[in-house]
Amino acid sequence: MLTVTVEKRLGDFALDAAFTSESGVTALFGASGTGKTSLIAMIAGLMKPDRGRIALDGETLFDSDARIDVPAHKRRIGCVFQEGRLFPHLSVKHNLDYGRWMNGHAADAQAFAHVVELLDIGHLLARRPGKLSGGERQRVAVGRALLARPRLLLLDEPLASLDAARKQEILPYLERLRDDAGIPMIYVSHDAHEVRRIATRVVMLEAGKVAAVGPPTVMPRAGGTSSNA
Amino acid sequence: MLDLTPDEWTAVALSLRIALVSTVVALPFGIAIAYVLARKKFWGKALLDAVVHLPLVLPPVVTGYLLLVTFGRKAPVGAFLADTFGIVLSFRWTGAALACGVMAFPLMVRAIRLSIEAIDRRLEDAASTLGAGPLWKFATVTLPLTLPGIIAGMMLAFARALGEFGATITFVSNIPGETQTISAAIYTLTQVPGGDAAALDLVIVSIAISLGALMASEWFARRAAKRLHGE
Repeated sequence: MLTVTVEKRLGDFALDAAFTSESGVTALFGASGTGKTSLIAMIAGLMKPDRGRIALDGETLFDSDARIDVPAHKRRIGCVFQEGRLFPHLSVKHNLDYGRWMNGHAADAQAFAHVVELLDIGHLLARRPGKLSGGERQRVAVGRALLARPRLLLLDEPLASLDAARKQEILPYLERLRDDAGIPMIYVSHDAHEVRRIATRVVMLEAGKVAAVGPPTVMPRAGGTSSNA
Repeated sequence: MLDLTPDEWTAVALSLRIALVSTVVALPFGIAIAYVLARKKFWGKALLDAVVHLPLVLPPVVTGYLLLVTFGRKAPVGAFLADTFGIVLSFRWTGAALACGVMAFPLMVRAIRLSIEAIDRRLEDAASTLGAGPLWKFATVTLPLTLPGIIAGMMLAFARALGEFGATITFVSNIPGETQTISAAIYTLTQVPGGDAAALDLVIVSIAISLGALMASEWFARRAAKRLHGE
């Protein structure tokens, strides 16, 4: 379980949010500029909150009062970023293996084959990231994060840089991931349709604060994209 | 055809050795200083930046003089190095390499620093979330992505070292077989009546080496760019 209570000033914008997330997919939902990406960065350890506490499965990752701040590389929290951020100098295969190398895990051909099959990226292994399409890149990015064996997977607008057709192409993979991998996920998005398909729980953010928490039905209905609410 | 005396061949070999050694030895320091200047904020950064660039703007003779009064046989640092480690720099080829390294250092640091500043730091963040600690992150992401700048910096430093004259001759003099580089040998020849014809052969060798170095670095840079941008 993930518990987050953080405050952070970002320019003239104040983030002051508290929420918890358990198994399944928790969506952080809100318009652009509501602090979703900053929240993700703080959970991953890439940005330091001014005040607050972040704990995962009973382990404190950040606590401003106790002066605890576990560095990102020791948190074992995987990230999939909007732009993929694949390493351009490494092949897809080596990108996928990167987390395993850095964590000193032994090669696990079965886990590798499973993730490659789940995301359907077997035909890309020898390529360089520069030669991938947007959708392929994001699938490899998901695979790279998974193969580092994280305790929690953060997906920060993983589909936002893709066109509508590509989004439809990737969503099924993310659904498979949710139903198959058993890793709790936090899914950041401003797209209600995406969130309805993926999330089991929604944390709605407005201007840096949590506005509502609940099942996907807490989201406001938007232009008939949902059939039942 | 080239008609070089043994002394002149020695000068050519010595020039290459000095340029190569000074470039290779300066490289780790160049990467470290470039990284610190590109990434860190600290008190005195502007001063460090200025000191690193000083050899670029000082008259080379002044740099040579400063080396002499610092690393000379009886100078404080020079005496310490000689007594403690047996390293003598003054009037040795090693001293010429030091002079060339110092003169070339600003060019090397500049090229590497620009390359580090151009790196997308979000890639380093991605490496962190995959479990890479600071050193691994540097070795597996930052350094490979800096490679084009490192190649350019080494090339510039090598060329600068080959052409170095003022600081070298001031610090370690112009001793055939020990500190006489191509530049110093050409200079010596031109001081003798009728020596300019003999100097021409050395000039040709010098142009050939410089062109070769330029083409080699272009080739390496293209290869590195290909590797980075996925072929």
